[in-house]
Amino acid sequence: MNPILDFIITAIPLGMTFLFGCVGEILTEKAGHLNLGIPGIMCVGGACGCLALKMMYKTGMPWPLVVIIAILASLAGGVAMGLVYSFLTVTLKANQNVTGLAMTTFGVGLTKFIMSKLSIKSIQYLYALKFFRFPFHNRTDALKYCGIMVFLGVAIALAAAFVLAKTRVGLHLRAVGENPATADAVGINVTRYKYVATLVGSGIAALGGLFYIMDYAGSYEAYKSIEAFGWLAVALVIFTVWKPHLSIIGAFIFGLLYIAGSRIPTLLGIEMDMSATPLLQMLPYVVTILVLIISSVRKKRENQPPASLGVPYFREER
Amino acid sequence: MKTTEKRSREPLFHVVKRDALPWYKAMLIRVIAVAAAVLLCSLLSIVMIEANPFEFVKTLVDGAVGSERRLWKLAKDAAVLLCISLAVTPAFRMKFWNIGAEGQTLIGALASVAVAVYLGGKIPEPALLVLMAIAAILAGAIWGGLPAIFKAKWNTNETLFTLMMNYVASGLVAYFLVVWRPSGGSVLGRLDFGHLPVIFHEYFLIIAITIILTAAVFVYLHYTKQGYEISVVGESENTARYIGINVSKVIIRTMIVSGAICGLAGFLIVGALDHSITATTVGGLGFTAIMVSWLAKFNPLIMIGTSVFITFLNQGSSQISTNFNVDSSFPSMIVGVVLFFIIGCEFFIGYKVKFRESTKSQSQEVVENESDS
Repeated sequence: MNPILDFIITAIPLGMTFLFGCVGEILTEKAGHLNLGIPGIMCVGGACGCLALKMMYKTGMPWPLVVIIAILASLAGGVAMGLVYSFLTVTLKANQNVTGLAMTTFGVGLTKFIMSKLSIKSIQYLYALKFFRFPFHNRTDALKYCGIMVFLGVAIALAAAFVLAKTRVGLHLRAVGENPATADAVGINVTRYKYVATLVGSGIAALGGLFYIMDYAGSYEAYKSIEAFGWLAVALVIFTVWKPHLSIIGAFIFGLLYIAGSRIPTLLGIEMDMSATPLLQMLPYVVTILVLIISSVRKKRENQPPASLGVPYFREER
Repeated sequence: MKTTEKRSREPLFHVVKRDALPWYKAMLIRVIAVAAAVLLCSLLSIVMIEANPFEFVKTLVDGAVGSERRLWKLAKDAAVLLCISLAVTPAFRMKFWNIGAEGQTLIGALASVAVAVYLGGKIPEPALLVLMAIAAILAGAIWGGLPAIFKAKWNTNETLFTLMMNYVASGLVAYFLVVWRPSGGSVLGRLDFGHLPVIFHEYFLIIAITIILTAAVFVYLHYTKQGYEISVVGESENTARYIGINVSKVIIRTMIVSGAICGLAGFLIVGALDHSITATTVGGLGFTAIMVSWLAKFNPLIMIGTSVFITFLNQGSSQISTNFNVDSSFPSMIVGVVLFFIIGCEFFIGYKVKFRESTKSQSQEVVENESDS
């Protein structure tokens, strides 16, 4: 197979893991909440999906139903985590950074715990993989890496971009993130917007975990690397300057950068020093820092973080 | 007509800010929250690991402080955690959300390991140790100072910047491990040089240094001009500017101090405990430190308590996971649940929930109002 094509088509699904997390985080940040619990939420999403698959494995249900239920279970796990986060940060006005970090600690722990109890054999994963890779699982070319959730991810990102940019709901949501007091004054229910955005965002992010375990990696051990991908998803939000449609391309670039270390030597037919791999894997973070710096230096209004990001809203405070 | 309209407008309850609560009441709320969390955890443990709740609490306490060896380990782990928590505190008091302690500590550890690798055996051991410490402090200061410079100059978001720096640091560690051990995988063996001397006990020195550091940071924050400037910038940048404080300078200086203490913590981890380095040497302590510092309301003396508390939970619940043969992830779940409760209970310390007054008294009030008009 053409190595360049293979490189590209492997990067696309890997990027999807970041894309789910990124779109979820964008929605949350647009409501003014920096959710550092995204890595934990993605882990829990993966674990909940696996739990559902484990329970359905023996029932002999038709496979589209199996996949849909797994996705729904993953969503539910994410929303449950999001509920804890938004209850603490919106209703109880807790510090978002601290709450988010606690969510990640808890989520990663819970996921390891669930997965250690599940002990699903790899064969069951292959069984799942076959379904999640619909409609391309029978192919032998590069397309076999793409599955149904890749399309779902792109669709969600586009839908989120549309809602944010073109609808009244999106306008209100952005207003809440920029200046909740003003939004409140014009009659927008700030609390409701914050809750809904966080819950929906968490649900979307959770799908990233399920996707990575069930589709991209297809192995039981895969849950261990989700946390690192979760942080990359948070980085991707900055990289794509809070725009879901750009995050599709951004996710692809991050995917390319992430696997570049192992692919570029064969691609160019050169012998590369082993030490270059960690440096290449560092690239997404370095690039993100550069984007962060450049966008803050240029001060272009539409590329800034939401103005009230990280600030709890209390109506009676002036 | 009028009464029903009025009643429907009044929500069931509303939230008001409290004046400062007396410390014993605030403490009581926190104790209740922790007790509720432990109760929930022990109930969960019945479901998840089939342990009875009394056994759960007993193992938790026993695992943390059950023997002399465990006590020393508790003190050592708490000291390392406290050291990093002290580092993040100056920045937090200034409302600079430095979540890069993980990377700042790691880069400090990396710098001291680098000194030990390149100079170990070539110069006398005390000189080597001093150089290791200086290298670590400098590296940490650079790692902390860099985001601060951009924050001060262009208001670059510091939370995201410092977060990214963590991964750059761990990437650099992975890189140097390959450079130093090209053939032997990416594991660096035990360093032969650069060991801090053992006084009284293996862990005594690191605990002693941390205690001195705690006192130093406390004095720095509460009794010096610089500490005062940090507090003013944290309260209001505009006020700080108005009274002639150079805000940019304070931000950069404070973050350099923060990063330097992190670097020192990295040096202590390498020189006194691990004598080696991996990409996970700090192991999430940089993030836990944020919670330790926040729980203590950024007061270094209270942080002694909170760091011991978090370490206590961690160590006790890993004993539970050993005794009941469950996954080693169990501690992080317990710590997570307890943290949720403590984070949540802060609301009841800062705010008061006022319920709607009973409908009877309200309608009386309305009647009075009507008679007035």
